[in-house]
Formats: sequence, C-alpha cells, structure tokens
Amino acid sequence: MRMNETWVNALVLLGLVAVPGWALMVDEPFTITLATRAAILALAAVGLNIVLGIGGLVSFGHALFFGLGGYAMGILAFHAQTYSALDLGFIQIEGSTSMPVIWLVAMGVSALVAAVIGILTLRTSGVYFIMITLAFAQMFYYFAISWAQYGGEDGLSIYVRNGFPGLNTLAPIQFFGICFVVLCLVLLLNARVQASPFGLALNAARQSATRVEAVGLDPIKLRLVAFVLSGAITGLAGALFADLNRFVSPSMFSWTLSGELIVLIIIGGVGRLMGPVIGACIFVGLEHFLGGLTDFWHIYLGAILLCIVLFGRGGVIGLLTGKEGAHV
Amino acid sequence: MSDPVLATHQLSKRFGALCATDDVSIDLRPGEIHAIIGPNGAGKSTLIKQICGGLRPDAGKIMFLGRDVSGLDASARARAGLGRSFQVSELAMEDTVLENAVLGAIGAGAGPWRFWRAATRTAALVERAEAALARVGLTAQRDQVVASLSHGQRRQLEVAVALTLSPKAFIMDEPMAGLGAEGSKALTGFLDGLRSQAPILLVEHDMDAVFALADRISVLVYGKIIATGSADDIRTSAVVRDAYLGDAA
Ligand SMILES: Nc1ncnc2c1ncn2[C@@H]1O[C@H](COP(=O)(O)OP(=O)(O)O)[C@@H](O)[C@H]1O
Ligand SMILES: [Mg+2]
Repeated sequence: MRMNETWVNALVLLGLVAVPGWALMVDEPFTITLATRAAILALAAVGLNIVLGIGGLVSFGHALFFGLGGYAMGILAFHAQTYSALDLGFIQIEGSTSMPVIWLVAMGVSALVAAVIGILTLRTSGVYFIMITLAFAQMFYYFAISWAQYGGEDGLSIYVRNGFPGLNTLAPIQFFGICFVVLCLVLLLNARVQASPFGLALNAARQSATRVEAVGLDPIKLRLVAFVLSGAITGLAGALFADLNRFVSPSMFSWTLSGELIVLIIIGGVGRLMGPVIGACIFVGLEHFLGGLTDFWHIYLGAILLCIVLFGRGGVIGLLTGKEGAHV
Repeated sequence: MSDPVLATHQLSKRFGALCATDDVSIDLRPGEIHAIIGPNGAGKSTLIKQICGGLRPDAGKIMFLGRDVSGLDASARARAGLGRSFQVSELAMEDTVLENAVLGAIGAGAGPWRFWRAATRTAALVERAEAALARVGLTAQRDQVVASLSHGQRRQLEVAVALTLSPKAFIMDEPMAGLGAEGSKALTGFLDGLRSQAPILLVEHDMDAVFALADRISVLVYGKIIATGSADDIRTSAVVRDAYLGDAA
C-alpha cells in the first residue's frame, strides 16, 4: 500500500473534520468533544515533533509547557471570574476570559520558560537531556501541587468557557472549529519552517552537528530556537486543553503526559508533518473505545507501539506512504 | 614573501601519556598546497581538529588571516573562512545532495534565521549550491539521498560543501581516501586548479597525489614535524626515509 504523503495528509485532516461534522448532524456532542481532544493533543505533539522529529532532541518534559499553557488559562480566567487582580509583585494585572489574550500569554510564558530551560540543558544530549527535561517538568508538577491559591493538588475549575470574538465557544462544534483552525495554521507553520533554511539546518544538526559547525552555523542556537518554538506551540495546546475541560490540575504537568506525547508521535511517524495528528487520533480513539472495555487499555497502546517500533519505523504514516522516515 | 594565511605556533596536545601534537608550528601561504604526511596515528587528524576548532590544544596558538583564532569555536572559525573536509564523511545522510550543498550556502549566505521560504526554492541558495556541485561533478546526483551515494561521491560532496563557503583556506583530511585510482586522479586535477582560489592544507596518504600536488610537504611522526620542504627535498631526505617513506617502500 503506497500513497502520496500529501494525499494522506489531506485525508487525515478531512477525517478529523468529518467525524465531528457527522456527530453534529446526528447530535452526538460527546464525539465532537473527543475530536476536539484529538486536535488539541495533536497540536501539543506537533510542538514536540519540532524538537523531537526535526531536532532529534528527546524532550521527556514537554508536559511542562502543556501545563504552563493550562495554568496560564486557569489563572487568568480564575482572576477574571473572581474579579481579583493578579499580583505579580511589580505589577498588578487583570484576569482575562478572552482566548486570544490567554493564548498569547500561554505562548509567551511557555516560550520564556523554554528559553531558560533550553539555555541550561541544550549542551547535554542523549539520556542526560531526557533526564534533565523530565526533572524540570517534575519540578513544576510538584510546585503546582503545592500552589494552594490555585487549587493545589485538586486543580482549579473554571466556570465559564473563555470567549472568542464573534463565536459561541460553548457550542462544541464552534470550539472544535477554533482548535481545528489553530491546528491547521500551526501545521502550515510547521511545514514551512521544516523546509526553510532554519529547518534544513536544524535537521542537518540532528544528523551531524559537526557538519553544521563546519559550515559556520551553531547547532546549539538552532536547537534553542527550535525548543522555544516547540514550547510555545505545546503551551498553546495546553491553554486550549484547559478550556476544553474548563479545569486545570497538576496532572497537566505529569510525566505520563510527556510520555504519551512521545508515544503518539512514534505511532504516527517521527518527524513527519502529520505524524502527531494521526498518532493523536489513534490515541484518543483507543482511549475511548478500549478504555470503555478495560482499564488496561494502555497495554494495547503499548502493543501497537511495539509493533511500530519493531516493524514500521516510519510510524503509521510511513506504512501508508511506503516511505520510512530514516530515523526513529 | 607574503604573510601566511594560516599558521600554528607551538601547538601541543596530549591524550594522557600520548603526545599527539608535539610543538607543531606550520604555516600555509597564499596560493600553495601544503601537504602533511605521516604514518597512521601520527596525529594528522588531531592537528586538523585543533586548527578547525573541534579540539582545544593544550598549548600554542592558531593564527588565521592575521588574527588569533585559538579562542573561537568551530563554527566561528568556519565563518572566518576555514573550509574543511573530513576524513570520515560528515554529511546529513538522510538529506539529498542538493540539500547538503544548500546547507553550505546557508552558512555562507544569509544564515539560518529564515523560517518561511523553502531553502531548496530560494534561488540564491540553490544557485550557489548547484555551482559547487557542478564543479565536483555531482550535478547528476543532485536529488539523490546521500546515504545512497558511493563512498567516492560522498568525498566529492564533502569538497562541494566546502566550496559553497568560498573559504579563505581549505583544510582537507584525506580527501582521496578510498577513491580508487580513477577518482584520485580526477580529484588531484581538481585540487590542482583549486589552489588559485584558496590555499589548501592537505592531509593525504596517496603519495602520488601528494608529490604531484604539494608545493611544500611536512612530515609528521609521533606528533612532531620532522621535516618540511619541497617534494624533492622530502623525497631525498634521509630523516624522512628512515622515519616514514622507508616503511612504505
Ligand atoms: N580523543 C582521543 N583520545 C585519546 N587518544 C586519541 C584521541 N584522538 C586521537 N587519539 C590518538 O592520537 C593519535 C593520533 O591520532 P590521529 O590524529 O587520528 O592520527 P592520524 O590522523 O595521523 O592517523 C593516535 O594514537 C590516536 O589513537
Ligand atoms: Mg587521520
């Protein structure tokens, strides 16, 4: 079975719209919510795929950015709904229930934290990088647990869905539409960046840092910029995820989520544009259908992962297009 | 005589008890090919790495274009004009030949901070890359993935990427290794013409190529330069014969 990758990509996106479209007609709002969840997880994984797939950096702490985005939403909305100002010490700011404002804050905070962590960690590689990114994410996880003002261990419920100009965000299909459009825009950005001089150099640095240095480029700087971009995208996904659930909790920072993001990229196809999207759809599908049958559905996920790692190194997209990604 | 383009001053590097580079002072003058020969393990690659910035010397300094570059990292030295080819190919193996050459063009040109326009559809980058590929005879392989190239073609691509940088000096570590007679001859002819563009510091095992090309030859044995001179000087030198050429003959 060999298909053109562009066609596969188009089909995947079409499928991701068709399912909630059908659900709208037969009035199955929960299915729309599932599709929204898939789109948001896909977005988070698209962010991770930039450092993991193109940059070759196994970040085992990307839940950190997902959580930051989530808490950015939670905290801004919390202050808006309680009409209290957010005191940052040197400045007091109002809360907000406007999605664009929340997204900007989520991306800005994530990018900033990614820059700091990147500067501290990007000189390490391999297993050290995995451990350090994990450690940073755990640090935020424990911090969130102890942060009583915003719910601590219990998390923080938000009673309104944040607004987007001109839309009724409480209608599931409209909120899905927002998430889907954001995903498509970020995929477009990803595709352009991947082919750009920056993407080409980043991809070459994964294959041979020495080669990249020999043409006068600094691999660490390339990776740092990739890490910041990646963190901002995953942070944006976190804000949407919090809005979907109208709830944030420390579990958004958990290492299992970091691991799941990696798993769904491997299932979909590492470094492939649509890999994260396919992986997220499969993940959410399994979680829903098998999760209803057994509590141990992760075993089946693990089995799929094992098959992919052993037999189909390009992930599902590699199987469909007959083109292995050259790397895992 | 004109000032050297590149010079090392009393360079030393130890690996534990092993003195891999022992007080090495060599230079590279405009327009010349300066060959460094020596038995395996003599420290040729170690010397090259220190010159190019991959390895920090224990002592000594490296002057390039009249400036001390000892404190610069490898990428900064490349930007300053050192064009390098590796003994063991360092290429982006999953990428195409063109993409590898375009990488060089990115380094030489506007840099990597461009995020929107496809690199292989940017005329300035592609033209520069294709010109370099044409010079080493890889035009037909333009869209092939590097992993599918023959060993010899990879060596040619190494040289092509260095060409895209328009460097002020070429540093080449055994570019002929594994090329076979035909390939070595072709590359010998090519390097002969290249020296007018920029001088070449050439580490090479192929003695025919070295004697055909080199304006000067330095002989490195156990990390030490034991002789420097013209091809004839070296061929007839008793010291060199004892230490090195004697073994080979
Ligand atoms: N990173 C290193 N650590 C320890 N020893 C090294 C290292 N690199 C090279 N050597 C040793 O230094 C000597 C010179 O190596 P090299 O420069 O590769 O020789 P050549 O290129 O002349 O064949 C060899 O004995 C080699 O084993
Ligand atoms: Mg060597």
